[in-house]
Amino acid sequence: MEVGLNHFLTVSVALFSLGLYGVVTRKNAVMVLMGVELILNSANINFIAFSKFGNFSIDGQLYALFVIILAAAEAAIALAIVLNIYKRFANVNVDEINNLKE
Amino acid sequence: MSEFTNINLSLIVLLLPLFGFFIVLFFGKKFPKLYLAEVGIITLAFILSLVIGYSKLSTYLHQDILFSFTWIDFGNVPNLGNLHVDLGIKIDNLTVIMLFVVNLISMLVHIYSIAYMKDDSRYSRYFAYLGIFTFSMLGIVLTDNLLMMYIFWELVGLSSYLLIGFWYEKQSASDAGKKAFLTNRVGDIGMFIGILVLFTNYKSFSFDFIYAQIASGNLPFGSEAWLTAAGILVFLGAVGKSAQFPLHVWLPDAMEGPTPVSALIHAATMVAAGVYLVARIFVMLTADAMLVIAVVGAVTSLFAATIALTQNDIKKVLAYSTVSQLGYMVMALGVGAYTFAFFHLVTHAFFKACLFLGSGSVIHSMHHEQDIREMGGLKKKMPITYYTFLISTLAISGIPLTSGFLSKDGILAGTLAFGQLTGHWLIPIIGFSVAFLTAFYMFRLVILTFHGSPRNHHKYEHAHESPFVMVMPLVVLSTLSIFFWYTPNPISPDASWFTSNWITTPQTVVPKSASFDFMINESVESSSHNSHEEIIHSEKYTHAMHWAHYPAMIMSLIVAGLGILLAFTMYQWKKISPDKIADSVKALYKGSLNKWYVDEIYAKSFIGGTIKLGDILSWFDKWIIDGIVNGSAYVTKVFSKISGLFDAYVVDGLVNGTALFSGFVGFNFKKLQTGKVQTYIVLVVFSIIVLFFIIGPF
Repeated sequence: MEVGLNHFLTVSVALFSLGLYGVVTRKNAVMVLMGVELILNSANINFIAFSKFGNFSIDGQLYALFVIILAAAEAAIALAIVLNIYKRFANVNVDEINNLKE
Repeated sequence: MSEFTNINLSLIVLLLPLFGFFIVLFFGKKFPKLYLAEVGIITLAFILSLVIGYSKLSTYLHQDILFSFTWIDFGNVPNLGNLHVDLGIKIDNLTVIMLFVVNLISMLVHIYSIAYMKDDSRYSRYFAYLGIFTFSMLGIVLTDNLLMMYIFWELVGLSSYLLIGFWYEKQSASDAGKKAFLTNRVGDIGMFIGILVLFTNYKSFSFDFIYAQIASGNLPFGSEAWLTAAGILVFLGAVGKSAQFPLHVWLPDAMEGPTPVSALIHAATMVAAGVYLVARIFVMLTADAMLVIAVVGAVTSLFAATIALTQNDIKKVLAYSTVSQLGYMVMALGVGAYTFAFFHLVTHAFFKACLFLGSGSVIHSMHHEQDIREMGGLKKKMPITYYTFLISTLAISGIPLTSGFLSKDGILAGTLAFGQLTGHWLIPIIGFSVAFLTAFYMFRLVILTFHGSPRNHHKYEHAHESPFVMVMPLVVLSTLSIFFWYTPNPISPDASWFTSNWITTPQTVVPKSASFDFMINESVESSSHNSHEEIIHSEKYTHAMHWAHYPAMIMSLIVAGLGILLAFTMYQWKKISPDKIADSVKALYKGSLNKWYVDEIYAKSFIGGTIKLGDILSWFDKWIIDGIVNGSAYVTKVFSKISGLFDAYVVDGLVNGTALFSGFVGFNFKKLQTGKVQTYIVLVVFSIIVLFFIIGPF
């Protein structure tokens, strides 16, 4: 069986859905960040799949590289924020960190 | 003496009493003897007035001394033209004789009061008041215009008020003062309107100017009716001041004042000011006005005489006698007997002042007893008072050899002549009845007071003749009631210097058609108005007076003799019992004793009416005005309540509703903002999916 575009997209959708599910359901901020990483990676799969099967030359792969770099930077910053939140509230439960609401 | 000197002297005479008033009023408390200065000042004024009188009557007998200056110059007033108010002095024979009378009686009363008022606590204030009274009275006498006349008129009213209410601790005295002032005000309003009528027409207050205008045919508002009205209106002032019939009620009450004051103000001088005023305006009186004046005078004299018959207060009898005699003078002016009216004014001033001072002497020695039923037999205790009183009584009754006989006879002759010329016979009839009544009640007074045996022994024991300063004025005044001061002939005043030289009837300025024909003298009509000091009796009038002279004299003698005889029969010899007569005409007796209920009628009608009107007005205020005010307040309150409700429910409702709505919306929408990031993400994703379906390519 030939591996085609649809297979890539299916994996990408599955990965996105898993990431989204993680972001929405996890209470731990670190786990939410991990969900975000999954979503970013599903987007990367999309970029590469469209780069290979569409007529978009190498641009898609370059964007994927950008996204990986951005994800690394985002992870660093987000983890730093999470560390600060932890310092402030003594936990990293996103449900309880709702001071802005008031 | 030049005219200028005369003017200056008269100004000094006028201002001296004012000066006395001020120094005694302001320094009287510090220097209790200062009243002597006031007495001295009046004496000086009297001497000066003698000098002026001599100068005027010898040098300027037929010439008036005039002096006037512009007081206020209004310049050119729009619609009215040049308007200026002049003040001035006019000295004619009338003036100098009045100056003499006023100053003499004022001086005597001052001297008399030294003893009479000795124990009073407000001794110096009393003399100050006498001073301001003398000043105001002299002002009336000296003025040459109606404005000053009116000012001084009110000033004598004021001083009269002050002196009537001098013992203001007594309720009756302060009431009498108020009554006098208010009653006079009624007449003064008429006088004021009269003056305004004349001023509106002639733009001047000056007597001479107004008369000259009338003489030249310039009538007020161009009609004779208005001239009559002006005369009667000004005469109303005299009705008030001289206590003529409808307004006579204040004078008897004015006897609440000290007796010397009654003598000076309410018998001799101030009340005569009314007569003086009528004499001043005599030339502008039309026939109708004169008839009104004659009738008012006649009614007054009869009315007051009937009251005097039954009064028991010595001063009340004299008061009503004064009203009656003033009525006589006014009547005399009304019938055209100008000379005799003024003559009677002068003679009456002397003998009535003497009677009042005599009664004061009696009251003083009886320790302020005024009821003649408590007196009797005082002849022995007070001989000088008795004889002076008797002489004056003879004078007022019109017995020959007295001054009263001459003047009264003249007036009666005048009324008789008037009756013959015009057919108004009622006036001479009243005149003779009053002569009878006067003789009767005056002798009743003398007999009850001085003759017979004492009825109150206790008071009689303590009675004594008054001190010299009180007796001296009595002697002087009673001497002046003897004929030889006025005429060499005790039977007829015709040849006297007083009635044929000094005082002569002025030429009337009223147009022929509005005047009694006997008032107009054809011979001098063509000459200028300035000659009105000349003898101007028309042929007709002189003739009538001659015709009336002897009948009047004989009849007046008969009625006076009858009156005296009746008084003696009833009170001295007690042949006829006065009580029986009183019983037989009980209604008349009661009426006379109660002064014909005039006071009661006034109390019911005018005073009661005023109070009723006040009640009605207060009711109107209370219910209508207050009702409107309260009603509008109530309406405002209701409106404010409605607007308050509108505010509370509609406006507040809108505001609160907006707030509630926002709150409601916010309350519901805040649930969306849970603060849970995951919820937002779910929503975002959900929204994106929805958006895809809406705008997407599917």
